[in-house]
Amino acid sequence: MSGPLILGVESSCDETGVAFVRGNELLGDVVASSVDEHARFGGVVPEVASRAHLEALVPTIRRACEETGHKLADVDAIAVTSGPGLAGALMVGVSAAKALSWALDKPLYGVNHLAAHVCADVLDHGPLPEPTVALLVSGGHTNLLLVRDIASDVVELGSTIDDAAGEAFDKVARVLELPYPGGPHIERAAADGDPQAIRFPRGLTARKDLEKHRFDYSFSGLKTAVVRWVQERQVAGEPVPVADVAASFNEAVVDVLTAKAIDACRTHGINDLQIGGGVTANSRLRALAEERCAAAGISLRVPRVRLCTDNGAMVAALGSQLVQRGLPPSSLDLPADSSMPVSEVKAS
Amino acid sequence: MLLLAIDTATSAVTVAVHDGDRVLGEHTEVEARRHAEILTPTIERVMDQAGRRPADFTAIAVGVGPGPFTGLRVGVATAVTLGLALDVPAYGVCSLDAIAQSVRESGMTQDFLVATDARRKEVYWARYRSHADRVERVSGLPGVDRPAELPEDLRALPVAGRGPLLYPDSFGQPLEQGDVDAGSLARFALGELAAGRELLPVQPLYLRQPDAQPASAQKSVLAR
Ligand SMILES: [Zn+2]
Repeated sequence: MSGPLILGVESSCDETGVAFVRGNELLGDVVASSVDEHARFGGVVPEVASRAHLEALVPTIRRACEETGHKLADVDAIAVTSGPGLAGALMVGVSAAKALSWALDKPLYGVNHLAAHVCADVLDHGPLPEPTVALLVSGGHTNLLLVRDIASDVVELGSTIDDAAGEAFDKVARVLELPYPGGPHIERAAADGDPQAIRFPRGLTARKDLEKHRFDYSFSGLKTAVVRWVQERQVAGEPVPVADVAASFNEAVVDVLTAKAIDACRTHGINDLQIGGGVTANSRLRALAEERCAAAGISLRVPRVRLCTDNGAMVAALGSQLVQRGLPPSSLDLPADSSMPVSEVKAS
Repeated sequence: MLLLAIDTATSAVTVAVHDGDRVLGEHTEVEARRHAEILTPTIERVMDQAGRRPADFTAIAVGVGPGPFTGLRVGVATAVTLGLALDVPAYGVCSLDAIAQSVRESGMTQDFLVATDARRKEVYWARYRSHADRVERVSGLPGVDRPAELPEDLRALPVAGRGPLLYPDSFGQPLEQGDVDAGSLARFALGELAAGRELLPVQPLYLRQPDAQPASAQKSVLAR
């Protein structure tokens, strides 16, 4: 094993993640999730998440040390998500990382959460092909990125203009009386349904939208269309075919996600696509992406689901890239930046 | 011994280092706002001034509020992580107690109130009594209330904290001590420990539930 030993800390949403990475190798990764505490609210409640992060902080660091057999004093650098994300949640991880950096006298790297998602794949499949297009889909983000250099050159091609894809799953799940988080439950319900049963709209794919929003996404119109369709059945006194609605909705989401990602690759002459974020757990998304990439001659990389959801491993992985390239650490007064632009891979 | 004292429960970020006899270094950033940004650099600065290294600490005392949650968590997260990294015990101190300590140190001999900004037109408050050797919170766990709704006899007491500055019509006699200063927090913590009294666990005193409504079933449009 070679390369610097990096401790990664993640707290931008509802997962408290701590991991050790050496070079491109994941040594241990512990995640404490507050997802169950948010279930009754139907979405992530920032204050609930922040409280949970603080409670989970020390036990999670301890467990990561125990799992890897490493002591905190062994680390060469500390990486932490400094944005984007929920401000109060970010501050817990950032505060902890600064305390570690100062107490251990080790450099601190504040990293971009989205770039870290892209970098997670390094732990599964080795160095990233560059340039690559990356599609990130989760409850908090839906972004299409052009990655020329993961440590220094990441450009946003597009993002959602309203709901994140994962949020759309949560909202439609509620309409269909399925539990939170919606993604897995929609997918389970969709398994028995016909994805072609209902033609739900694909957001921002009309000719007029493509001019301004070619690589942007929109899911609020889709959600509204599902609600209206269900209500019409009820008014007509007909039963609601939950499986067909779930399957058709799921298809509408993954269709537009993958179509725009492939279009981005073609437009920029790039033959590599990477998909990350919690929605990659959706098997139809992975299957359709594989199918379309194969047809377009694009090679697809998707890390295992565990690395796609928020975790400390991806943060440590990006920190490791920054250290290996000899980039200077962040300052000890780095802020938690809830709206950190993706072009800022590392906080100064 | 070397105690690091920090507090982020008020609008100040405050740090002190105490060697058991006296405060070796102290710095308070008032109207800090950017608690997460400046706390660790402030610790670094105070320690550098005191000529000590992180490994020199033997204990940490941190204000656990009550106070605005986001800022409060910065201090608590920093304290518990330092405690873990340096393998030293961390103790919680009610932040109002630290303000009360500085009121007592200024020579106050009668009962007084500490009332700090709880936002939403409310204050966090507690009543204190000065003894010869210490200050005692005599009203139990701090409360969170609208100032005008506190009993008349409480509001008539001298009041420290930002409460009387924010709500001058509701409080009679404002005292000078507005925010926590970590030197007082350190002296309070050391006094309590020396007397064999327990300090608090290092967890925020939230006193309020998270502000969120459970998702209503009405969002569903399926017929029952
Ligand atoms: Zn994420």
